[in-house]
Amino acid sequence: MFPFPILAVFLVLMWLLLNGFTLGHLIIGTMVAVFACWAMASLRPEKPRLGKWYLLPKLLGMVLYDVAKSNAQVAAVILRSGSRRHNPAFLTIQLQTHNHFSLAVLAIVLTSTPGSAWLEYDSNDNTVLLHVLDLDDEAKWRDMVKNRYEKLLMEIFV
Amino acid sequence: MSEATDLPLWAAIAVAVFLLVGAALALIGAIGFLRLPTFYERIHAPTLGTSWGVGGVMVASMIFFSVTSGRPMMHEILIGIFVTVTTPATFLLLARAALHRDRVEKTKGVPEKHRADIVNND
Repeated sequence: MFPFPILAVFLVLMWLLLNGFTLGHLIIGTMVAVFACWAMASLRPEKPRLGKWYLLPKLLGMVLYDVAKSNAQVAAVILRSGSRRHNPAFLTIQLQTHNHFSLAVLAIVLTSTPGSAWLEYDSNDNTVLLHVLDLDDEAKWRDMVKNRYEKLLMEIFV
Repeated sequence: MSEATDLPLWAAIAVAVFLLVGAALALIGAIGFLRLPTFYERIHAPTLGTSWGVGGVMVASMIFFSVTSGRPMMHEILIGIFVTVTTPATFLLLARAALHRDRVEKTKGVPEKHRADIVNND
């Protein structure tokens, strides 16, 4: 009946957010969610296996903080672009995780962060090519991607 | 806009601050998009608008309509989620197209596809 319970819950929640929290919309939303999950199941996607899912709020907090910090840095770079040169650079990072969901979340995080851009992922050698707008310390960026995010993602998605 | 005058002072200040921060970030992003010299640098600038630019406007809207209607209005958060999740799709498409073009044209300073100089610091 419910092949994707978490997806169904989020679909119902989205329906209620868009239409208002009433009993009628709860019923319609639940029906839509059930049919959407059946449709999803017939696509036979790879199912994510959550490990320490309770670390997700921590990840969200970290991302919001890092994105805000990076917003300020990039805004400063743009506003001072006349007087001070920044240091744009490409960066190749060797990843450990092969999990598609970890990689997708990592790509979204690094793309949302204004200072860094996820350009290309190579599944042959599991490396990712990043572009960093203002590379002051290469080791710091490697440490951020590998230790701050990848470790946490590998604990969330097993 | 009769509701705007009924807004308590704390809410008016919070809405104004978030709205101005969001709008300012989007504007700075647009200026950066115009002024930065190379494609790979320009690609960073609009991300200001799609991260805390939209975030600030979203939070301001949530506070304004929650206070004026007297019940929590949270559906703006969906805008934030969908903008964040869908940006990488177009972003990656543009970035990989640019990389491909630069590799074909052998532009200087663009990393090659098969690299032997990967630093492995595991």
